[in-house]
Amino acid sequence: MLGRTANDLYWLARYVERAENIARLIEVGYRIALLPREGEGYNEEWRYTLASAGCADGYFAKHDNLNTRDVINYLLFDCSNRSSVQSCLKAARRSGRAQRIALTRDMWEALNDAWIEFSNIKPTDVTANELPKILDWIRSRSALYRGAMLNTILRDSTYFFSQIGTFLERADNTARILDVKYYVLLPEVEMVGSGVDNVQWGAILRSVSAHRSYRWVYKQNYRPWRIAEYLIFHKAMPRSLGACYDHIMTSLDGLGQSCGARYTCHETALETAHLLSEGDIDAVFRSGLHEFLQDFITRNNRFGCEVAEAYHFNG
Amino acid sequence: MNGNGGQGVRSPYSAFAEWLGTQKLEALKRKSVEAETLFRRTGITFSVYGSEDAGERLIPFDIIPRILSASEWRRLTVGIEQRVRALNAFMYDIYHRQEIIKAGRIPEELVISNSAFIPEMVGAKPPLGIYSHVIGIDIVRTSEKDFFVLEDNTRTPSGVSYMLENRETMMHMFPDLFAKIRVASVENYPENLLKTLESVAPRDLDREPTIALLTPGPFNSAYYEHSFLADQMGVELVEGQDLVVLDGVLQMKTILGPTQVDVLYRRIDDEFLDPLVFRPDSVLGVSGLFDLYRGGRVTIVNAPGAGIADDKAIYSYIPEIIQFYTGRAPILQNVPTYNCRKAEDLAYVLEHLPELVIKEVHGSGGYGMLIGPTASKDEIDTFRMKLQAHPDNYIAQPTLALSTCPTLVEAGVAPRHLDLRPFALFGDQVRITPGGLTRVALKQGSLVVNSSQGGGTKDTWVLQD
Repeated sequence: MLGRTANDLYWLARYVERAENIARLIEVGYRIALLPREGEGYNEEWRYTLASAGCADGYFAKHDNLNTRDVINYLLFDCSNRSSVQSCLKAARRSGRAQRIALTRDMWEALNDAWIEFSNIKPTDVTANELPKILDWIRSRSALYRGAMLNTILRDSTYFFSQIGTFLERADNTARILDVKYYVLLPEVEMVGSGVDNVQWGAILRSVSAHRSYRWVYKQNYRPWRIAEYLIFHKAMPRSLGACYDHIMTSLDGLGQSCGARYTCHETALETAHLLSEGDIDAVFRSGLHEFLQDFITRNNRFGCEVAEAYHFNG
Repeated sequence: MNGNGGQGVRSPYSAFAEWLGTQKLEALKRKSVEAETLFRRTGITFSVYGSEDAGERLIPFDIIPRILSASEWRRLTVGIEQRVRALNAFMYDIYHRQEIIKAGRIPEELVISNSAFIPEMVGAKPPLGIYSHVIGIDIVRTSEKDFFVLEDNTRTPSGVSYMLENRETMMHMFPDLFAKIRVASVENYPENLLKTLESVAPRDLDREPTIALLTPGPFNSAYYEHSFLADQMGVELVEGQDLVVLDGVLQMKTILGPTQVDVLYRRIDDEFLDPLVFRPDSVLGVSGLFDLYRGGRVTIVNAPGAGIADDKAIYSYIPEIIQFYTGRAPILQNVPTYNCRKAEDLAYVLEHLPELVIKEVHGSGGYGMLIGPTASKDEIDTFRMKLQAHPDNYIAQPTLALSTCPTLVEAGVAPRHLDLRPFALFGDQVRITPGGLTRVALKQGSLVVNSSQGGGTKDTWVLQD
């Protein structure tokens, strides 16, 4: 496989995953923005959405204040925003088209259909009533692409690089959501148990599709530490950092076997995976959740760069 | 479909015509829309240069096939094989002893000062002495018996993916038709291409040759075809940036590091192949590639300089060329051609402009041509001046009464003019796939079939005995 192909497959997977994550974040932000809140404008919720998406700086470079329409437009359609759904789908399709032969027909069609249909949506079509439908559609497209991939692709390097891209992006996203939102919520401990608070906590879980599974797993109300534990360590939760690193390790081992060599990226990932398997939430809180998550995000990024280097992504 | 003697439906079409008679126009139109959706989903588009987004268009696909009988096809293949061998013999000669020039059968300056002639190729020894391994020969039909060759595409002919995908689409949409009518399969093409490429690998190789397809990239108009063929053959699709000359061999940059490439099926033009030898600003090719090629360390398919055989100025000498190298008369005829570089030809052309088709010697894609019978007086006058200013740049041919085939248009099914590009492969043997790319002029009365000028494509059926 060409190094450039590996690079494209990795980014293709990352962009598809990112488009889905952005859709989730908007969905949650929108739910909360609809709720009355004390003390601050309800638009403030969008600040956290933008921060979680890593889009805050870009947004405020273009807009002076927060309002629902501008934020949604920026996250869905703005081509100057590299993480907007439009940019993600476009980049994903460009990578897919450049690597047409690495994709199966099912994967290509899922990707190409998504791009064609999304191109037909005009920003003015996105009315309040249409928004949920469009967000659902984005998620279903991402699911279709992943499904097509899992069902049709050979378990060789094409699969491994796609998996690494997906789970690296997903882990990054989960870590950011937790980092941004958790701090917003912690000062309000006195409100624990109030209605709004539960919605706020629920929003963190909802943005990773875990608000129902949490109750199944913990059989109790939302508790800040439990939520953090769930999203960091709980491997049964498919968007937790632990689960993401399980997938990453499996694919890295696969690459190690098919390429007959192990590199620095293997060591880095192993270390991170070890932290996630052996760590516990009490220790994390003692040393600082924010510090833990920032460290994780840095490790995760470094790991991405090491993969690119080991497998000659840039020739 | 109908003969020109008014005898009704010709026999190769009879079974199909019977089926067509039972179809409702609305149903056919629905199928046509369905076909378009299929093409768009698969991404069988061609890019328009210079734009990234709006840049992908579909070539219109007509669901009514063009049909040839087994015996018609046999005649064509014999003629094609003769041409393929003669053209390659011509190239070998031109780049070696130049016997044909010494024999005075072709003017020396026509070859030597031709921009398609690559002096760096003189004395090079391509494996098996083959220069053009993949050839697409454009053929038109003017009557029951008469086929003419319009052009021999010996450089990097494209369109073969349409031959394959058009068939896929037809089989998907009309399985009942294929159950009724025995149509020769085209699906061996990629395998035959691979065999051809393997057969011309550098000779002293002690392992299976590694093959790669070199594309200019996703913005090239034929990118879909490049990726399609690489996929079907199971070889890497590479760009110039993926290749490097290292340790005296051509290497591609894989996830394991550099890996040697032995045969490069290139789909970029000669001038971009190697910035050290040809265009210095090219980023599509590989520095040092040409030296490796000359040294026999890698095979380039088609060979650099293969364009000399399909140059429009050489075209009128092709019957001569076939006679010279095969000792036989050409089986497929050329269209009579006036070389405006010759004074007597120019005089004739200037007097008969309204009846003739005038083409630029180095033009392609249907651009820069004049179709006398449909041109306005102004257009004719403009061309007259161009001809007088640069006669060497032009050739002229009579307007042929191109055959037609029923085609689905807005108003129903109506005849439209078409041509045919069968594809021949030449390596250890000549392999010709039964079928080809049929291009159809969708405008009523139009003779221009180029996709860049509003032409469409059809599936091409060769019936089995």
